[in-house]
Amino acid sequence: MEAVKFENVNFSYREDGRDLALRGVNLSIEEGQFVAVLGRNGSGKSTLAKLVNVLLTPLSGKVTVFGMDTSDEKMTFEIRKNAGMVFQNPDNQTVASIVEDDVAFGPENIGVPREEIGKRIEFALDAVGMQEFRQSTPTRLSGGQKQRVAIAGVLAIMPKIMILDESTAMLDPKGRREVMDVIKKLNKERGMTVILITHFMDEALQADRAVVMHRGEIVMDGAPEEIFARSDELEMYNLTLPRAAYICKVLQEAGMPVGNAFTAEELAEGICGSLRKD
Amino acid sequence: MRIVAKGLTYTYSAKSPFASRALNGVDLTVEEGEFFGIIGHTGSGKSTFVQHLNALIRLTDGSLKVGEYDLADKKCNFVELRSKVGMVFQYPEYQLFAETVEKDVAFGLKNFRKEMKQEERDAAVKEAIETVGLDYARVKDKSPFELSGGQKRRAAIAGVIVTKPEILILDEPAAGLDPLGKKELMELLHSIHGGWCKTIVIVSHDMDEIAENCTRAAVFSEGKVVMEGPPAQLFRHTEELLSLGLDVPVTAKCALLLKERGIELETDFTCDDFAHKVLALWKAEGGIQNDQ
Repeated sequence: MEAVKFENVNFSYREDGRDLALRGVNLSIEEGQFVAVLGRNGSGKSTLAKLVNVLLTPLSGKVTVFGMDTSDEKMTFEIRKNAGMVFQNPDNQTVASIVEDDVAFGPENIGVPREEIGKRIEFALDAVGMQEFRQSTPTRLSGGQKQRVAIAGVLAIMPKIMILDESTAMLDPKGRREVMDVIKKLNKERGMTVILITHFMDEALQADRAVVMHRGEIVMDGAPEEIFARSDELEMYNLTLPRAAYICKVLQEAGMPVGNAFTAEELAEGICGSLRKD
Repeated sequence: MRIVAKGLTYTYSAKSPFASRALNGVDLTVEEGEFFGIIGHTGSGKSTFVQHLNALIRLTDGSLKVGEYDLADKKCNFVELRSKVGMVFQYPEYQLFAETVEKDVAFGLKNFRKEMKQEERDAAVKEAIETVGLDYARVKDKSPFELSGGQKRRAAIAGVIVTKPEILILDEPAAGLDPLGKKELMELLHSIHGGWCKTIVIVSHDMDEIAENCTRAAVFSEGKVVMEGPPAQLFRHTEELLSLGLDVPVTAKCALLLKERGIELETDFTCDDFAHKVLALWKAEGGIQNDQ
């Protein structure tokens, strides 16, 4: 089933409808897919994300989430229950002074019965591996831990889609790994549809599909390996290759027969292969 | 100005039940003219250390000299020191506050150079805004909040460099920027380095950034400096860095994998040098013929 569908969507932040932030966007995301959205700052990535969970509605065109039209105000609540969003700054997403209260905030607001809330907190904190911090104060946690609590807060609403808008940008490498591990687990084990907006090319490599945005339009769409193989196009959109892919390209251009590589492991493999022609 | 720290030790909330030791005898010298990197995972003491450098955290134990300024001396002129050691915090755009970019950038100058005439001050503000690559005429009367993310960060940096600090310290200056934004920011830092700004110290989690930009770097762990040296030497200790819970550049990871398979590379761990060295090996093995 289609989790998210954009049909010819235009959007403008201005009242007069000029300076389109999104222009003619068509996009269809199947349930269970893990999609990375890439593009420079100001390319329309966050606008795209906010249109999914009705923080914004299109100027023209249509956005549907599991068939529900986001422009239909009666559906807003139902759509938001299905599409949860995690933002960039973990400190701006904390609402309570105890982790479990923070996680309970979402379900309390949508009227989930008390006994059920307890179960959901259990489930959500388990899923992000933060059970032992249930009674902790969010401000005393590390960035990665805070962001996992923010994800738990979204999970407690039991959405089918998780949208992460640069949710790893402010974290250190360890925090980033923690959050990426949780996201991948949710996608693989629970079939959660994931839309991950990121500037980190190595994170995009872990997705099933990568979409590149440029000036409000979707300009590339495909498997991450396929996207990163089109380096000239990426350069046009001011994106850089993952470093291993860049090195690989330099080697290939000099005539060295190495296969496409995107990670250090693949690059090492390729180099060994062409150096040792015994 | 040279930075010399000896036995620097610091405890937060000392003499309270929440006491936590952040620095545990830091010995570190940063020479004038360096582009110095500070690496370490969250909680390793990096930020506590750099905040000592312009006395945002007052020295309690050990010794610290920044040029002629002895930070252990209670009579040290801290105001003057702070105008010479500029500090750009993480996500500095969150600290923009004035109604216009011009006023925001001028704030530090008004405080540090009270004797300055209006015209001189205006000229310095204009220069700072232009140095960070913003269009003075277009942005000066704008609210800083109308700028894009990358521009906001530049405006915030302008507010620090407006006093032309000899030492500029930046905590994660490129965090959260897109790849091109990161590259442009590093170019900006290199463009001011060596002029009035003699020394740059950056704190970074991005090891590739350290490898590509720094003359030397120090690794912090548990409140101490555990390794230091030029990136070309530092990243040869890949296994040690990984065991400290740190990342290494992709090139270092790859070099380690190659080494395990008997291929030794002498590289400075920048991507271009790495590729160059691999190609040299390949050519030495008669690689060109293989290709034909």
